[in-house]
Amino acid sequence: MKAWIPLLLRLCLLALLIAFLTNPLWFEPLLKPLTQNGAPAIYNQGSLMSLAIQHLRTVAIATAAAIVVAVALAILVTRPVGVEFLPLSRSLVNIGQTFPPVAVLALAVPAVGFGEKPTLIALFLYGLLPIFENTLTGLTTTPANIVEAARGAGMTGWQRLLKVELPLSVPVILAGIRLSVVISLATATIGSTVAAKTLGEVIIAGLQSNNLAFVLQGGLIVAALAVLIYDALSALERMAAKRMGQVAA
Amino acid sequence: MIEIEHITKRYGETTVVDDVSMVIEPRTVTVIVGTSGSGKTTLLRMINRLVEPTSGTIKLDGTDNRSVPGHELRRSIGYAIQGNGLFPHRTVAQNIATVPSLLGWDAARIKARVDELLSLLQLDPAAFGPRYPHELSGGQQQRVGVARALAAEPNVLLMDEPFGALDPIIRTKAQEDLLAIQKRFGTTIILVTHDMEEAVHLGHRIAVMDAGRLVQYATPAEILARPANDFVETLIGTSDRPFKLLSLGAVGDAVEPGQASGEGIRAGASQRDALAELLWSGRAAMPVTSEDGAALGRVTVEGLLKRAARPQ
Repeated sequence: MKAWIPLLLRLCLLALLIAFLTNPLWFEPLLKPLTQNGAPAIYNQGSLMSLAIQHLRTVAIATAAAIVVAVALAILVTRPVGVEFLPLSRSLVNIGQTFPPVAVLALAVPAVGFGEKPTLIALFLYGLLPIFENTLTGLTTTPANIVEAARGAGMTGWQRLLKVELPLSVPVILAGIRLSVVISLATATIGSTVAAKTLGEVIIAGLQSNNLAFVLQGGLIVAALAVLIYDALSALERMAAKRMGQVAA
Repeated sequence: MIEIEHITKRYGETTVVDDVSMVIEPRTVTVIVGTSGSGKTTLLRMINRLVEPTSGTIKLDGTDNRSVPGHELRRSIGYAIQGNGLFPHRTVAQNIATVPSLLGWDAARIKARVDELLSLLQLDPAAFGPRYPHELSGGQQQRVGVARALAAEPNVLLMDEPFGALDPIIRTKAQEDLLAIQKRFGTTIILVTHDMEEAVHLGHRIAVMDAGRLVQYATPAEILARPANDFVETLIGTSDRPFKLLSLGAVGDAVEPGQASGEGIRAGASQRDALAELLWSGRAAMPVTSEDGAALGRVTVEGLLKRAARPQ
């Protein structure tokens, strides 16, 4: 009975989000009280829908690259040949996380110019750590007797990785990806300070013209996207964990 | 035949297995017994090269086990471990098919073999094949573990405490199943356990390990009658030695001519069971029947007690 309430809430949120992106003018009366001196209540310097799609595209590309690099790195340092690189890899991805994205933007612009590229670099570096650490955790915590059985059955190192260790790590890796995606969704907004087409544009325009309605709608769209994607990935993770016979928390 | 020749394994300064030599006859069950840290598991794992020995050689049917790459060697040797180690993300059928698919068997042959093994272990292939390990009971998981180890028809099956996690009733059943499978396929089984009772019950020969050394390697009767040292004697446990000795013999070997009344016992049962039954029912003798029901004679408490005495 109660199980479908959260699902219903999410579907409502999704419907609301789609309605807002396709027909923002419907919501004008709601946002109008937040504006002053007859300023527009709905962002009018571009389509919200296309900005949202651009935003998601930037996050998707950066995360995909982070997944490839972080998972590959984690696989490398858990193989006998790569064990020595573990401390180095850890330091590298940690630097990626501790270096503020704004600083990355500032440093990347002179190198690659304005637009989407510096944002991609910042998001990529920022997203590495959770995926790397989680993949590492997944690969190193495969139950000992299962690894033993795989070795005993005559699997080579790569066969163990592909048939046993990686599949069993999928839920943990997915958790890392989820974390990375949500961080990137929020962080991508600052990309608009260097002219990347993201929802940050709406927020920045609002801040510059002291228009609370713009700030609010930009922020709410990003928040709604983050909540929905977070939940969708959580559901995926639970499905994966269930298939592994692990009890979903 | 498995020939273990002067095998030693050291980890740094610690010697885990110390100059062990033994010959394991084909189509027999050999049980390696010892306390934890005696090196029994390490010895077992050196046979399929999960552990590489520091020195010494192991020959399988005359061939040095280092003549093929480790993973290929392991595909030809069955391996079952405690807690079964089933792959949780694969179905029962996929688990059993692990080694055959590594060997590149075609799908039809794999399916036939999986179904055969599941039926042999009293698991309905249609019902259990598509299930995941976590949907099975402990005893069922253990059986699937054995089926997986036997899937590629290995001549040799290594088992590391395979029944350790089972409750006593299921363990007894699993042991009977294992003996039946061994008879049927003629597999050479090497089993590691810390339980002397299990060793006496299952083994044609028992190897007792202590602190990395092979202390005694003999038939169960020999070990019970003439333990090589105090350690072996402690491991046997002095209080129920006579009963262990009786459990080795079949009632058929203790039959005396004559009649007895009351419920009988089959010739295939162990002498220990016969004595227990006699003591429990307060009788001095009971009739013995062959497997097809023909009367063979009787067993007596007196006769059994004589057999329970230490062999001279």
